[in-house]
Amino acid sequence: MDLLTQPVGVSHYLVVGAILFTAGVVCMATKRNALGVLMGIELVLNGANVNFVAFGSKFLRADPNSSIGLDGHLIALFVIVLAAAEAAVALAITLNFYNNHSTVDVDRADELKG
Amino acid sequence: MILRETNSVDPINWHSVFFLLFSLVACAFALAVVFTGHIVRMAFYLVLSLGATAGLFFLAGADFVGSMQLLIYVGGTLVLLVFGVMLTAQGPFVTMKTTGGEWILSAFVGGSLLAVLLPTAFKIADWQNATVRVAGASDDEPAVARKLPEGEPTATRIGMGLLGARVDQLDDNNRAPRGSLAGYLLPFEIVSVHLLVVLIGAAYLARTKRRTRPRDTTGAELGLEN
Repeated sequence: MDLLTQPVGVSHYLVVGAILFTAGVVCMATKRNALGVLMGIELVLNGANVNFVAFGSKFLRADPNSSIGLDGHLIALFVIVLAAAEAAVALAITLNFYNNHSTVDVDRADELKG
Repeated sequence: MILRETNSVDPINWHSVFFLLFSLVACAFALAVVFTGHIVRMAFYLVLSLGATAGLFFLAGADFVGSMQLLIYVGGTLVLLVFGVMLTAQGPFVTMKTTGGEWILSAFVGGSLLAVLLPTAFKIADWQNATVRVAGASDDEPAVARKLPEGEPTATRIGMGLLGARVDQLDDNNRAPRGSLAGYLLPFEIVSVHLLVVLIGAAYLARTKRRTRPRDTTGAELGLEN
């Protein structure tokens, strides 16, 4: 119950980011649906974003001048925009694959296998 | 809830309470995304997880990033994903089973990632929390909460940073005068062109193709196919 009365720090945000990142990696590795793999990528990018925002916050550490300040916010914004672009292209590829092969199983995309 | 047995009871830190709430929702639904096999439920759990992460951003003082997370991520990217789920979720693709060996391998990989990342998060003393020990105080005295800096909206400073003027660092004497004042104009331009290329590319990839078919197929069949 220490967490209810003590202020949180960067470490707690890093723990949340690590859990989101690991969930995304496991999701990418285990899902056979191509859209499930895409959701894993979103989770990984979001875990990284949590870390960027935590390092950019002045409220979470003893010495506020050692935070990276607004750079963290700006990098997080770029990550969000690039995630949107990546999702759009990956979804278009998935739909194209579905139209041509009538499946979204990533294990069936093995035409280039030697 | 058990408060600590001291003569002066610590007041509840509401910032920490809301952090706990949002982080539990974010992590629990992220794990639910991993462990559910139903693709529609995965999409819904992902919406909840990313929405709770926006709450974490607000708690860290990143109001603009938090609202952009809600607008672009939850409102845009995930709606796109849900459309993809709706277009492809039929028959055997709704629930696809993963074999046990893959689960064991990925659990090993995920466990080792967590075993590296979690101890690292608590290594640095400055990252622990926003408390400082009073200079000269003995170790058994409790650390007092630092007076937090005034929170202010970040949208204007982020906008100026994207235009190349770091107005947030003008009065910062600790930094080298040049170099760290550089803004983000070039990455902003690159991302803009990138988004345009991606838009054209996605529209090109996802367009409906006219099937090359022999003439003798019936019109009703063509209408069904396209």
